[in-house]
Amino acid sequence: MNTMSSIQKTTIRNESKSKVQRFQDGLFLVLSQFSALFVLIVLLGIIISLIINAMPALKEFGLGFFVSSDWDINKQKFGGLISIYGTLVSSFIALVIATPLSFGIALFLTEICPISLRRPLGIAVELLAAVPSIIYGMFGLFIFAPVFADHIEPALSGTLGKIPYIGTLFSGAPNGIGMLCAGLILALMILPFIAAVMRDVFEIVPPMLKESAYGLGCTTWEVARYIVLPYTKAGVVGGIMLGLGRALGETMAVTFVIGNAQRILPSLFAPGSSIASTLANQFGEAEPGLHFSSLFALGLALFVITVTILSLAKFMLIQMEKKQGSKS
Amino acid sequence: MEIKLNVQSESKSAPTDSRLNSNNNALEIRDLNFYYGSYHALKNINFNVMDKRVTAFIGPSGCGKSTLLRTLNRMYDLYPHQVAKGEINFHGENILNPKQDLNLLRSRIGMVFQKPTPFPMSIYDNIAFGVRLYENLSKPQMDERVEWALTKAAIWTETKDKLNQSGLSLSGGQQQRLCIARVIANKPDILLLDEPTSALDPISTGKIEELIHELKNDYTIAIVTHNMQQAARCSDFTAYMYLGELIEFGQTDEIFVKPQRKETEDYITGRFG
Repeated sequence: MNTMSSIQKTTIRNESKSKVQRFQDGLFLVLSQFSALFVLIVLLGIIISLIINAMPALKEFGLGFFVSSDWDINKQKFGGLISIYGTLVSSFIALVIATPLSFGIALFLTEICPISLRRPLGIAVELLAAVPSIIYGMFGLFIFAPVFADHIEPALSGTLGKIPYIGTLFSGAPNGIGMLCAGLILALMILPFIAAVMRDVFEIVPPMLKESAYGLGCTTWEVARYIVLPYTKAGVVGGIMLGLGRALGETMAVTFVIGNAQRILPSLFAPGSSIASTLANQFGEAEPGLHFSSLFALGLALFVITVTILSLAKFMLIQMEKKQGSKS
Repeated sequence: MEIKLNVQSESKSAPTDSRLNSNNNALEIRDLNFYYGSYHALKNINFNVMDKRVTAFIGPSGCGKSTLLRTLNRMYDLYPHQVAKGEINFHGENILNPKQDLNLLRSRIGMVFQKPTPFPMSIYDNIAFGVRLYENLSKPQMDERVEWALTKAAIWTETKDKLNQSGLSLSGGQQQRLCIARVIANKPDILLLDEPTSALDPISTGKIEELIHELKNDYTIAIVTHNMQQAARCSDFTAYMYLGELIEFGQTDEIFVKPQRKETEDYITGRFG
């Protein structure tokens, strides 16, 4: 009898406890759902407000807005090509420079560097990411650009500028500020992000896998090229895309050094504009109307470009994985 | 010091002394000491690995058997603060010599690990990869080499129709045989197997053991194993290690039937370890 009642007691206690647990779990579920939905709602809100505000310009100029290189505030004729071109080119330059450098940094930090130097060097690279972009802009405009104009640009036009076809890219007056300078500063800014991601993914390669390759007589480079890189390609592409995403949207530093000229010139030495720099420069003085709406249309373009590129990268990765599953 | 004398006297008193003749030694290990930083992991190891024979290393975890294996192809060199002192003679060269070309050495002394480690590439390329590092073969020659290596490792019939598939698509046991094939394709002199069946099921283990039996016609094999039956089944010589010392070394039949040392007997009869 005594034991019976004690069993009953415990079952009652357990029931009330499980009630509390069920309630907690339900609350947790609702909260996490809300957090997830919240992000979606904000995203949707941004897209909708972009589209609504861009509508007058898109109605006036049609889809031709995105391929027209007009940007005349007095005549109220607007087109996004100059800024879109500047965004894509400066980001592309940044990527071309930052990717191999990051690969070198990550490889050095994970495979070659003595253990005692690993942490300090890693932290130094990460600190680059902590520098505010306005500092990069000031450094670019006041210190880097003059050096660039006096020494690097003349050297480039003297060498690369002599090559047929590519030469045009490196011709013209050495101004310092311009597309190439913006690309270089951007490269410096996205470098720590790409390098940090690459280092992290290189570190997860199983030591035994690397040892098996070393065991066949591979050199460090061969291990990196044929084992580490294929094993981590998803992470590496992800890191590069993270960098690209930042480069596309970077505003302050680019505005300082790109030159802010509303035209497209073949030379990379020439000043230009990116979407972000155009927005930063003109939003303050834009009057409601076509100008204002055109700026929103540019913003929409930037959004679409970023989303498209990130989606393409995702798609490419999925294809690569699929291919690796059956054939490689 | 006592250990060293013991091992030598033991091998001298062995009845088939002629088989231990130094001409037949693939590796001669002399006064080998190994340090992880300040930790003394191998203490005065002396013995010979016979050519075209299987030598097994047994002993409880942490006794230094894997460490010993990793000195034989200087795998430890990848890591800082790991130092080996002494001599390991391989074709008259001391492989511990700092001037030793490590990549070349490792292509001649191949290694297979505890877990299968197929490279992230096709089955064909898993084999061809190591060969391409040191040989320039035409496409038909390479095809032939890949088939030869996969046949040798007893996995050709299972893989011949899917050479283009990823090495990761195979089962664990198949992956491990692929790894053995990959090492064989380089035509090494010595195969080092570091607990090659510890991650495999009994059937795959049986296949790998059969394979070891086949391979010893052509290769010198050194195998580290936790499984004493495995050592008894597939090795010609056995080394029992404990706490970084080589306690006893001799022919497997003798070690398992009539060990000279009490410690060895305790370990193999399961009273310890």
